[in-house]
Formats: sequence, C-alpha cells, structure tokens
Amino acid sequence: MARALINVPPKAKRGDVIEIKTLISHVMETGFRPDNTGKPVPRDIITEFVCKYNGDEIFRAELFPAVAANPFIAFSTVATESGTLSFEWTGDNGFVASESVSITVE
Amino acid sequence: MTRDKDNLRTTRRRFLLEATGLGGAAAIGLLAVTTRPAWSTPASMRAAIRQVVGDAVVNKGRVKLDLPPLIENGNAVAVTLSCESPMTAEDYVKAMYVFTEKNPQPNVVSLYLGPRAGRATVATRIRLADSQKVIAIAQMSDGSFWSDEVEVIVTLAACLEGV
Repeated sequence: MARALINVPPKAKRGDVIEIKTLISHVMETGFRPDNTGKPVPRDIITEFVCKYNGDEIFRAELFPAVAANPFIAFSTVATESGTLSFEWTGDNGFVASESVSITVE
Repeated sequence: MTRDKDNLRTTRRRFLLEATGLGGAAAIGLLAVTTRPAWSTPASMRAAIRQVVGDAVVNKGRVKLDLPPLIENGNAVAVTLSCESPMTAEDYVKAMYVFTEKNPQPNVVSLYLGPRAGRATVATRIRLADSQKVIAIAQMSDGSFWSDEVEVIVTLAACLEGV
C-alpha cells in the first residue's frame, strides 16, 4: 500500500471553502524512459484520482505520464456538513489506494 | 617535404572523415537503441485539444495557468490552475485541462470539478520534457471554453535520462 498524505483542516465553519492537499508515493513511471538495455521501462502510473465527501463525488482527476512522481494534488471544497472525505487513487497494474479523513463542520 | 605535408593532410582528412563516419554510426546506433517514441508536436497538441473541446470556440481569458517561466528541473514543476467563476450551482467550472507541445504525450492532466468545489483553483506538479508552450483550457458549466498559455524555458528536461 502506497503511503498517502492528506491535509484537511479538522474543523471548519459551515459554508467555508477549505483547501484539501493530497500526496501519494508512486513512481509514475512514464513508459518513455529507456533502461540500461535500451528497452523502454513499462508504464506504471496512477490514472485516476477521486475525492468523495460523504459519498458524493466532489473532485476527479485523470492523470497522464506527464504528472510528476509522487502525485500532489491540491483542490478545494465547500464545508457543508460533518462527515468523512474519502480519497481513492487507481492506476496501472491494478494499483488501488484509498484514504479517508473526518471533518467537523460547525 | 611536400609529400610529407600531403600525407599529413590526407591522413588528417581521412581521420576527420572516419571520425564523422564513426560519430554518425554511433548516433544511428543510439537512435536504434533508445527507440524514442514520437514526441508530440503542436499539431498533435491541437488534435488532443480538439478531442476535448470538439467544435466549440476556445476563448482567451478567465482561466489562469500559473507556472514559473524559467524551470531548472523539469521533473517536478509546480503548476496552479485557477479560473474566475462564481462557482454557484448555475455557473461553475466543469473541467480544467493542461496540454503541452513537446512532451511525449500532449495530455498532462484533466481535472473535473463541480459547484461544490467553492473555488476553481487546483495545484499539482507536472513533468516538462523541453522548453515549450503549456496550455490550460477550462470548460464552464454553460459549455464555453477558455484558455491560457505560458511559454516556459526548461533547463533540465524530464523523461530523457535512462534508469
């Protein structure tokens, strides 16, 4: 399981725009780099990232080989209700990682 | 003496000829070994953009692509995309895309937002293979497309080194 770092404010006022920062460890091998025999190293990247707020999708990203290793994505959402934010990354070779954090909205 | 000089000249010439021949052979060998895939071109970037926008007109403005104009290391370039939008249920940014001219593939990242984003700002890190033009395109909820482009200089390119 890849290590993921999530930064979400633990508490927020209702209606506030909060920033969500995510970072996951992954090589993001492009498939264009040659190894020492000259053959290109097979592609191994994260292709999709989804963020859900209490089950509703609020943000989705489609990633290509041009995204840097250890993909960092920062985005924002409106704090509507207390609950959980769940994050899921899927990629090549059956890569799946998920993480969730709870948020208290006052 | 003249003969000697002549000899010297021919050998030097031959040497140069052979050297260039060798260099050429080495270059061909290198090309054959690395089997570099076709790099994207401005044309393939336009094709990739067309695939996203279809026949719609792409206007300049509203979206802002923020990345440094001079990049030391193309392996991780911080990019911020932001878009002027009230982000209400009626008027919001639906998606934002990033394209490059000279990376192996024109697509970089596609981001899908909704009215719940609150603010149309997304930050990420990308790879850039060469000094080139980077284009951001935003799609609004009313179906209009807006773009911004930045010309960047990359000192150390990504994706070129072997393992």
